[in-house]
Amino acid sequence: MIPLNHVIIFSLIIFIIGMVGALSRRNVFIILMSIELMLNAVNIALIGISSAMGDLVGQILAIFIITVAAGEAAVGLAIVVALYRNRLTVNVDAINLLKW
Amino acid sequence: MSWSQLFFYVFAVLAVIMSLMVVTRRKAVHSAIFLILAFICFAATYVIMNAELLAAIQVLVYAGGVVGLIIFVIMLVKAEEDEVKQTHGQWIIAAFVALLLVVEVAFVLLSNLAQKTGGLAAKMAQAGGNTEAVGVVLYTKYLFPFEVASILLLAAMIGAIVLAKYKLER
Repeated sequence: MIPLNHVIIFSLIIFIIGMVGALSRRNVFIILMSIELMLNAVNIALIGISSAMGDLVGQILAIFIITVAAGEAAVGLAIVVALYRNRLTVNVDAINLLKW
Repeated sequence: MSWSQLFFYVFAVLAVIMSLMVVTRRKAVHSAIFLILAFICFAATYVIMNAELLAAIQVLVYAGGVVGLIIFVIMLVKAEEDEVKQTHGQWIIAAFVALLLVVEVAFVLLSNLAQKTGGLAAKMAQAGGNTEAVGVVLYTKYLFPFEVASILLLAAMIGAIVLAKYKLER
């Protein structure tokens, strides 16, 4: 039985890594991968709490999060393909047409 | 310390190392390969935390599907020039929020979280395994959210096709 504190800390560390990657990198693929890491961190916390509370609902929620993450990846990558076709770059700093 | 606990810490440290490699590599393909390894380490920790079905879904959907899709699209677009700077000015905001979350890590480390032992294992043994237990709850109590999730996936699929379609009229 793993202490719940350690599971939550593991989840938080993965979330911090994903957040720093999503906020500070310029390559749009690495930003998308960092978002996947953040969603996985939430899954780890849900499964750890589900195991600690003796309740299956956390695992059900994790399945729904995986569904949303798969949809997010598909739509995000489609947007990247459309952007690359129009602007010929994957650098998010070069995509600033709507920036104030 | 039991073997399963020891393996949890081993896979957790491996997952943290792989995640760090994902956000620090210069080439996106290298990041994608490390992302697959990180997802497999996550799946190993799920098995230790009594979630065998989710471990299988993690390997099939994430390591097999999502990262495969990302690698396909990386190969569709031209590789970016290597000389360009890899980070931008938002790293200050990222460092600030990370600092707040590190404070939360310290708080969680010092707090004492209550937990019941053995409740989930007994429930799963009664249902005949993790997959059966999750399936019974998913298809009875959570049937409506399940259908909503399927509609969401359909909308995402149609949206992805429409966005990525080559415009013939141009």
